[in-house]
This record gives sequence, structure tokens and C-alpha cells, in this order.
Amino acid sequence: MSARMSTGRTIAAHAVLLTYTLIALFPVFVIVINSFKTRKAIFADPLALPWPENFDLVGYQTVLKQGDFFLYFQNSLIVTVVSLFFVLLFGAMAAFALSEYRFKGNTLMGLYLALGIMIPIRLGTVAILEIMVATGLVNTLTALILVYTAQGLPLAVFILSEFMKSVSHDLKNAGRIDGLSEYRIFFSLVLPLVRPAMATVAVFTMIPIWNDLWFPLILAPAEHTKTVTLGAQVFIGQFVTNWNAVLAALSLAIIPVLVLYLIFSRQLIRGITAGAVK
Amino acid sequence: MGALELKGVTKNFGATEVIKGVDLSVKDGEFCVFVGPSGCGKSTLLRIIAGLEDATDGDILLDGRRMNDVAPAKRELAMVFQSYALYPHLTVRDNMGLALKQAGKPKAEIMAATDKAAAMLELGPLLDRRPAELSGGQRQRVAIGRAIVRTPKLFLFDEPLSNLDAALRVATRIEIARLHRDLKATMIYVTHDQVEAMTLADRIVVLRAGKVEQVGSPMELYNDPANTFVAGFIGSPQMNFLDAAALGFPPGQVGIRPEHLMISRESGEFAAEVSHIEKLGGETLVYARHPQHGLLTVRLFGEHDYAVSETVHLSLSRDRIFLFDPEGQRRR
Ligand SMILES: Nc1ncnc2c1ncn2[C@@H]1O[C@H](COP(=O)(O)OP(=O)(O)O)[C@@H](O)[C@H]1O
Ligand SMILES: [Mg+2]
Repeated sequence: MSARMSTGRTIAAHAVLLTYTLIALFPVFVIVINSFKTRKAIFADPLALPWPENFDLVGYQTVLKQGDFFLYFQNSLIVTVVSLFFVLLFGAMAAFALSEYRFKGNTLMGLYLALGIMIPIRLGTVAILEIMVATGLVNTLTALILVYTAQGLPLAVFILSEFMKSVSHDLKNAGRIDGLSEYRIFFSLVLPLVRPAMATVAVFTMIPIWNDLWFPLILAPAEHTKTVTLGAQVFIGQFVTNWNAVLAALSLAIIPVLVLYLIFSRQLIRGITAGAVK
Repeated sequence: MGALELKGVTKNFGATEVIKGVDLSVKDGEFCVFVGPSGCGKSTLLRIIAGLEDATDGDILLDGRRMNDVAPAKRELAMVFQSYALYPHLTVRDNMGLALKQAGKPKAEIMAATDKAAAMLELGPLLDRRPAELSGGQRQRVAIGRAIVRTPKLFLFDEPLSNLDAALRVATRIEIARLHRDLKATMIYVTHDQVEAMTLADRIVVLRAGKVEQVGSPMELYNDPANTFVAGFIGSPQMNFLDAAALGFPPGQVGIRPEHLMISRESGEFAAEVSHIEKLGGETLVYARHPQHGLLTVRLFGEHDYAVSETVHLSLSRDRIFLFDPEGQRRR
């Protein structure tokens, strides 16, 4: 496509994209540079780059001395990765059933499962808390994983079932005639073909989970189950806020999610080019 | 081993009736072609035989055994699809061997069977490639090879040639005919192309809107069509239909094939005006318009010259005409 686009349009497109990238990255950039500065320098000139005269790692030292931050990171990672795994697994399986099998109430079931896209799960917080209390899951990572799985499923089912409809029926039928089980057809024929869609869903699902403050605060505020976003809140006081530490904690919190994103986006690109070459 | 019988098979998708009661028996070793226009239910019927769709009503029997509740893989049949449907993540060899592997056959046996099928279809050099590295014609040969490897009782083909270009189509058609002679297996072949049907079939089943219109050998259908639909569908160029009353027959239509319509510059039964002429070298097609009978096709052998707008005289070989009643059924 780029070969046929005129140079003018290419420049315009790149200008728009670069502008958007700058706007999107600016807050992140400000957080990262200020996390390396002294408290005075942060307030004196927030946009200045860290120089030797105002360079200070006190934020990182505070965060790392706090000790539990490794635990918080671990908690966030466990919750995000496990929820993501369940969202993708159950979402893909539900999408396969909806797109592949004809049964009574198929359309209705699809609509019901997609309804969650429009209704925020936070509306159910009180009921969720009651359930968690009743089942004794308060202050466990399981509580968070269950809630995030429920939160991620609607979009996953919606996007994946559209993609699964486009997988060749002949291919699935060939598998059936060759004696593959429905599970083998799903895992070895259909899933690899919808991998780009899976990666998209993974990215859309992962970021809200990683960033969430609400449910960790309500369902799992205990010391041993705190997530990074919740952990960073200890530095925000009612009267004094340790900005060095907050900024350092946030900067550190970007890294794992960035790594996950890079993994998925490689899948995404691989899927797209595989389709183009075929 | 490989006789198929359908008894009153129907299929509904929701409220729409797609297959409206099909009774059919296919003998062991027969090459049976389902032919009909697009959307008449050929693929649906084939998928019902394969077990990929459930029949709404009726029975499917293979060698006398009722198959309705048997899984596709257990019906001892193989299917070749229009879109090839090769497994993209497997090599040609693994594509061909998968069914045997699923059936738990030993490695050596699978190896021997794939090698034998590959030799039959000249796929030897391609065995380690993946489907993405093959041309359309090669992919279809692999798909056929995958079917052969299983040594099924029944082969099902769903328009296997329609994604190939014209030259490859003829070559693959000949290859399929040769395979049928060599393997002596029962084959059911679906196509909307009457030339494929005529050239391959021992017996043709003409379908229209989910119903069987006529069953017979290619020449039976050609020489003795039961109604105007079959008469018009079989044979190319299409049969001419003339107004019977105008020719002194009981009301209805008179059918006559283009090669049996005689053309003359001097005299004939009625005059018509040439509207178009197609010269194919070996034969010449003259299209002539008559106010009452419409556009008529005349097929002449060799090269002939007629000018557009020229008036010609046409007459019918009386022993070659077919009479149809106003409902389109043959008068016998
Ligand atoms: N899964 C399905 N759901 C609803 N209608 C279908 C389905 N499959 C086929 N049909 C309908 O059944 C009719 C016959 O289809 P098909 O057997 O594919 O025709 P053919 O192979 O002769 O072109 C078509 O009108 C088609 O729209
Ligand atoms: Mg079809």
C-alpha cells in the first residue's frame, strides 16, 4: 500500500501519527524524568530534564527500601497474567461455541455475553464485595482474578466470535472427517488462525487490569495482596505526598506492562504478515 | 463395499426447507455426480452424507448400515473441498497422514500409505512443504491425496475444480477420472458445471431447489430428459425451446438441440433473423431471432459465414424433437 501512496499523503499521515504519539507519550515522559530529580527540582521546573545538579535517586531508594514493593509487583503480575489467561481461554471457547454451533438462543446468548461491554462491572461492586465476604475470598488474589476475568470476558467474546466466523468452515469440516475432536479443531486449527485477534484482546484486557485501583482497594487491601497501583498510594498522604517515591513507583510499574505489550504486539504483527503472505 | 442409500432425506435451516425429500441409491464403485444450479442444496446434501450436518428427517445408509448417528470420522469416507481446506500448520505429508494418525495406525503404515498416494499424484517432491508454499493446483492435488490415503469406502468431492483455471481444470478432471478407474471406489461428486458432470459421471443426479429432478446416465439425460429443466441444463449450448402451438403441436414447448436445428438460405419451416454469430473453428454457432420463438441457437460443424441481420430459414429434424406440456413435463 505504501508504494502506491503519494509522498505528500505519507508525510501527512506520519505527521498526524507522530503528533498523536507525542501527546500520548508526554505524561509518561514527565513522570519518568521527574522520578530522577530532587523534590525541589520537581516543583521548580517540572519539564526540565534530570541534570547532575538536580539528579536524585531518592524516590527509587524509598520505593525499594519499602521492601514490599517486590511483593506488590508480583501480585500485580500474577493477577494480570492469570486473569488474561482465563479471559483468553474462556473468551475464545465461548466465541467458538457461539460462532460454530447452531443451538436455540444462540443470538440471545451472544447478546447477553456482549452486554457487559456497555455495563461497567463497578456498578456491581457492593454485590461483588458481599459475595467475596460470603465466600471468604476477601484479601486474596483469587478475588481479583475472578472479578477481572468477568470484566474482560464480554469484549473478548464479542471480538473473537466475529473473527472465528471468518475461519473457513471447510477447514473445520476437514478436521472432523479426519477424526479430530472438537477440542483439537479449536486449539490446533482455529486458535492459530485468530492469533492476531487474540493479541488485540490481550492488550485491551491487560491494561485496565494492571492500572486498576478500585478493586484492589475494596477487595484486597491487605498488605500481602496489594498490587502496585495500590502500593504506590502509601506515598500519597493527606497532607504530605512523597512525590519522588510516587513517581519512581509509577515509572517502575510501566516496565512489566510494556514487556507484556511488546510480546503481544509481536504476535499481532506476525499474524498480520502471515495473512498477507498467504 | 461402498453402496450408499438415501431414504426421504430432508433438511431445514430454521424455517427454510433446503432439501425436500431425496431418495437415492448409489451402487458400489459408481461415479455419481450431483449437478444443479448454485444454491440448490448440493453441498448441503453432501455434508449430510458426510455427517457434517444432521438430516432433519430420513435415513442415510452406507452398505445397508444406518449412519445417521455415526460421527463423520467413523463413516469411512473422505471429502475433498472446493477451498482445499489443507491444515496450514502441517506439511503435505502430515496433512495426508493425519486421518490415519488419528485412527491410531502405526507410523510405518502411515508412511507407506502417504508415499503410495503421493506417487499416484506426483506429489513426491512436495511432501515436506507447507500448504502456503504450493500453487492452487498443487493444493488441490494434496487435498485429493489426503482423501486417497484413507482408502475410504466413499469419496465425496464438493466442486473440487471450481477454484482452478481452465487448463488445470481439464487436467485435474482427467486425473480424477483415472483415479476412479484405478481405485474402483464409490465417488460422489458435486458440481454446477454440466460439462464436468457429463464427462465424469456414470450416473448424474440433477437437483433443483432441494429436489431430485432426474437420475440417469449422461446419455440418458441427454437423449431422454424428463422435463424442460433437465433438458435445458444438460447439453451445451443449451437446448432451444420453441412455441409448440405455432408449429402445429399440442400446447406447450418443443425442445430441440442446437445441432438438430437445420439452417438454410433458401427454404425452411420458418424464417428468422441472424443476430449474432460465433466462430470457434471446429464449429460455428449462429444465433437467430424469431418473433414467436425468441432467440434460437444453431450449431454447425466447420466454418460457416452468415451476416448479422441476414434472413435465414430454419427447420427441425422431426425425429430429434422433445415435446413438453405447459408445466414443462415431457409428453410421452
Ligand atoms: N448453515 C446454513 N444456514 C442457513 N442456510 C444455509 C446454510 N447452509 C446453506 N444454506 C442455504 O441452503 C441452500 C443450499 O445451499 P448449498 O447446499 O450450499 O447450495 P449449493 O452447494 O448447491 O450451491 C442455500 O440457499 C443456502 O443459503
Ligand atoms: Mg456448494
